[in-house]
Amino acid sequence: MGDIKFMKGNEALAEAAIRAGMQGYFGYPITPQSEVVEYLALQEPKHDFVLVQAESEVASINMVYGAAGAGARTMTTTSSPGFSLMQEGMSYIACAELPCVVVNVVRGGPGLGTIQPGQGDYFQAVKGGGHGDYRLIVLAPNSVQEMADHTMLAFDLADQYRNPVLILSDGAIGQIMEKVELPDPVTTKIEKPWASTGKTPDRPRNVITSLYIKPEDMEQKNIELQAKYRKIEASEVRFEEYLLDDAEVVIMAYGVTSRICKKVVDLGREKGVKMGLLRPITLWPFPVERVAQLAAQERVRMFVTAEMNAGQMVEDVRLAANGRKPVYSTGRMGGILPTPEEILDFSLQHMK
Amino acid sequence: MLKEMIFSGFGGQGVLSMGKLLAYAAMKEGKEVSWMPSYGPEMRGGTANCMVNISDRQISSPIVTEYDVVVVLNQPSLDKFESRVKKGGTLIWESTTIKNGPTRDDIHVVPLPAIDKATNELKNVKVMNMLVLGALVKLEPVVNRESLITALKDTLPKRYHNLIPLNEEAIEMGMSLVKDN
Repeated sequence: MGDIKFMKGNEALAEAAIRAGMQGYFGYPITPQSEVVEYLALQEPKHDFVLVQAESEVASINMVYGAAGAGARTMTTTSSPGFSLMQEGMSYIACAELPCVVVNVVRGGPGLGTIQPGQGDYFQAVKGGGHGDYRLIVLAPNSVQEMADHTMLAFDLADQYRNPVLILSDGAIGQIMEKVELPDPVTTKIEKPWASTGKTPDRPRNVITSLYIKPEDMEQKNIELQAKYRKIEASEVRFEEYLLDDAEVVIMAYGVTSRICKKVVDLGREKGVKMGLLRPITLWPFPVERVAQLAAQERVRMFVTAEMNAGQMVEDVRLAANGRKPVYSTGRMGGILPTPEEILDFSLQHMK
Repeated sequence: MLKEMIFSGFGGQGVLSMGKLLAYAAMKEGKEVSWMPSYGPEMRGGTANCMVNISDRQISSPIVTEYDVVVVLNQPSLDKFESRVKKGGTLIWESTTIKNGPTRDDIHVVPLPAIDKATNELKNVKVMNMLVLGALVKLEPVVNRESLITALKDTLPKRYHNLIPLNEEAIEMGMSLVKDN
């Protein structure tokens, strides 16, 4: 066994960022994410990274833009209202194809909302919350262990595809304490010959920009971005399955709700209903193919999505199921966690 | 084995730290654990709580609404959580300050004069939570006594280690105040 700790999700994420070789952190405190800033501020003197508490989320994301452009491994973390403020920067970074990690520990909205856990930012995360055609790789951890593991993965994916990676967590997974086996620190440094680190005589000037005045150039940029997104869709879909082999009811949920739904599956099976869970780990790229396969199977009667919002991921499930099976949506809004019993009752009602 | 528990009381009574200590001790014994605090504005003065799950297997849902064990240290907590004890479960309540005790007869109800004992016999009301924890592990042996002491050593900053004997005494006293389940 490696380095085992009892930590909050937010702390595990912060520690993993240090171990991933993060060189610059720029953030602004907001509940329920503030432990990330607190933890990093405490660790900063002992490690070789820059930490700036910015004056706002708009400033943090632009500091990330700058650090990423200079080739640094960089991260910012926030919660829902703060992530809204970052959308202009997200779009710029996506267009400039800069690797960075952005974390949204989601709380209940809309508006200034509540500080309790929520999942209402799904659309914003996977459809592009800023302007223009762009995609973020979106990871949805559902445990303290995954808060650490996904952070390591996020830095790698960001560098591999030169694309911003979003960790879409929630207040519950951020606040909860669990056992976590911390990953080994990364020792290798990735070469970034495209970074604006100062021109040398042996190469042309590196330019980091998201401005393409000529429409032909802008279209070309879009074509390149879309080609990259297709590549990501082909190779980076991740999901977890629980008791799906003989399932007649497929429950779909991510983040903290997927933990609750594991219990729904167990309770359902105790009552003799063959339930299973499909948990997307990457919300984009979405496990479209797996949903389509299940929808095509005769034994599968229906899908039930459970979210802490009015039903957002349900739209992606419906697109993937493509009318072959009914897809029902349940959940709670405003920062309230649904109970396993509520989700089970909803599912059983729709089986009649 | 899966024990789903909640600890609730005024902010400052030590409910979050007693839950955390118990979860840490269980983790050190090789069990699966989760600890989920309430983190609203109730932290100061109002009612705070934490849910603790301890299991031999991976914990599916860290958030539950009915509990095997409920520990309440103030009246609002008792009023809120008495109905959420599972049938046959255990309700430990602080009987010095809670005036209107529980009324259910289908659960194991354990009054504990923890504030009185800590104040008058241990001369330090701050270890009241450890006294309650002692009673809890006697009634529900989810971890052994030694693991709690080790957990204290692991989690308390060095400058407070002089208080470990007092905490140990509080745990012992709590254990002596209740009978086995």
